Amino acid sequence: VSCALFITCLTDTLAPQVGRATVELLERQGVTVDFPREQTCCGQMHFNSGYVREARRLARRFVAVFGPYEDVVAPSGSCVAHVRTNLAGLAGDTDGVDERTWELSEFLVDRCGVTDVGSGFRGRVTYHPTCHSLRLLRVGHRPTSLLRAAAGVGLVELPDAEECCGFGGTFAVKNADVSAAMLEAKLDRVLATGADVVCACDSSCLLHIGGGLHRRGSHVRALHLAEVLAA
Amino acid sequence: VTQAARTAPAEPFPRAAREALANEQVRTNLLHATTTIRLKRAQAVNEVADWDQLRDAGAGLKDHALLSLDRMLVELEAAVTRRGGTVHWARDAAEANTAVTELVRREGVETVVKVKSLATDEIGLNDALTAAGVEPIESDLAELIVQLAGERPSHLLVPAVHKNRDEIRDLFRERLGLPELGAEPGELTAAARAFLRETFLGTRVAISGANFACADTGSVVVVESEGNGRMCTTLPEVLITVMGIEKVVPTFRDLEVMLQLLPRSSTGERMNPYTSIWTGVHPGDGPQVFHLVLLDNGRTHALADDVGRAALRCIRCSACINVCPVYRQTGGHAYHTPYAGPIGAILQPQLDGGRGPSASLPFASTLCGACADVCPVRIDIPALLVNERRKVVERHHGIEAFGFGLLGRAFRSRRRYERAQRLARLVQRPLARGGWLRRFPPGPLRAWGRSRDLPAVPGTTFREWWGSRERT
Repeated sequence: VSCALFITCLTDTLAPQVGRATVELLERQGVTVDFPREQTCCGQMHFNSGYVREARRLARRFVAVFGPYEDVVAPSGSCVAHVRTNLAGLAGDTDGVDERTWELSEFLVDRCGVTDVGSGFRGRVTYHPTCHSLRLLRVGHRPTSLLRAAAGVGLVELPDAEECCGFGGTFAVKNADVSAAMLEAKLDRVLATGADVVCACDSSCLLHIGGGLHRRGSHVRALHLAEVLAA
Repeated sequence: VTQAARTAPAEPFPRAAREALANEQVRTNLLHATTTIRLKRAQAVNEVADWDQLRDAGAGLKDHALLSLDRMLVELEAAVTRRGGTVHWARDAAEANTAVTELVRREGVETVVKVKSLATDEIGLNDALTAAGVEPIESDLAELIVQLAGERPSHLLVPAVHKNRDEIRDLFRERLGLPELGAEPGELTAAARAFLRETFLGTRVAISGANFACADTGSVVVVESEGNGRMCTTLPEVLITVMGIEKVVPTFRDLEVMLQLLPRSSTGERMNPYTSIWTGVHPGDGPQVFHLVLLDNGRTHALADDVGRAALRCIRCSACINVCPVYRQTGGHAYHTPYAGPIGAILQPQLDGGRGPSASLPFASTLCGACADVCPVRIDIPALLVNERRKVVERHHGIEAFGFGLLGRAFRSRRRYERAQRLARLVQRPLARGGWLRRFPPGPLRAWGRSRDLPAVPGTTFREWWGSRERT
């Protein structure tokens, strides 16, 4: 199996450790990973903020960069959801690349057919299903089945897990007070689980959750699924 | 609760939300109420095996009605007229208010009794009636509470969801002159009943909204829980109904679908206790005069938008409101519209053209999608929110548009993108301490920093790491 890695602009710049973990994890499953250097951003932020003209250009660029690849994998539920939901409407001809773009847990479980990826992680983990992986991609139990198969991971259920963490892209700054109130509710529930790690499939939500945990002086870490699985 | 006051000026959502967040009592009431009702809804929906097909049917028949609205409404008018009713057409709030006020004045009454109606909230009918010397009395218990308190409703279905029973007891003690009243629900209800019973018996004119109207028969439907609506639609001599033009369904038979979708989605009941359906007037039975005011007030503008028009399918069940994580924090007053929550954020800017504070509503969402999952008529609310955002940013060309333009330009070329990455790293370096940023310059970063730290931009981007790995 081979794939092109769609790293996403946010992971590339702000969370490169998630990208490195993704590469390690995929290569350990025998996947040949290619990284098309011309990639930049899929345009999700522009689209969701109402800047459709820019989103259209970035969508066409995405098709040009990733069109030649058989499978495209990204460690981000929301970027994959944007590609799968909106690319055709924005770019016109997608070359079918929107249908060949996978979120990481989908690719591992459905395309590679693995759940036990040989993670050496040890600790108590609670899982937050990010909204776009949950409701747009419907990744369902894939991430938790990967976590459950890791021998050293003690999975603790997060109450009201399906409630949004309050990130929402520009919402986090445009409606900073409401975003903060939603985050506090989420963090209270995360801390009540007693987990060492809160895990999710999107670096953007993790930036928000991790930033809130750090502000509280908590030792609970916000880690991407790839980081837990690649450990 | 300053912003709950009926006369409070409308503010943009972020500012109004900040005030709402400061009211812990309201937030506690809201979280409790919405949690209860969303669980009830989930149970009621889960026991229907063909729920998703019902949603398809509901969406389909509303779309059918909307796309042939010109014919549907004329058909409805003909049917209502045939059965002895009179139809009035109102382009906007002013025309509707004038029509209703004139009809009431013609009857020479000083008091009218009202069935809970969002359309009349939307046009501010109570204020218009009061200005004309007519006292409107709300008969829905929660709507009455809000009216007595001089506030605005905070929820489509449960207008007083922001109040708990101690607050309601204090209000009734003062406004209904009952100094000894206790806070038990039974006592509160009995007090309201005694007050309303006199009103029902002594009032000749009633005003209602409508949940549905059937184009083929001219039948109008009001769905409710208390029976007070039934009193209003049967006891008075004159009934005036104000109805948004999107409420029409093609046939009486379509109620089969809608009356399954609505109660389960709104109150989480298999069927609501009272469904009143009337068709024109019947000699010797019920009101002898029936007026139907058909209200546009921006609906045809929404209809002209091929994405936005889906908002007109809404049957006002409030399921989207109860699951909305934003609404659950702020409550309804922050939206400054009778249609709070996700549906309000897509409907209000379309009704009023998005001029003024309603332009902030489409941004009052994380696009989490919980609303779309529960909508009984399958309105893709996140897609409509994005569509409304597009209209807003196309009208305003401020500093934000400039920033997004620059960012878009950077993303269009690998060279510029990589340069921007290096620039970001360089600029934040003086602010970073121990791998984190805790203090921020004014602007969006400071808004972020009010409640969150930000990891410092790492020394190596992913692509730089990939490049160095390829070389070794």
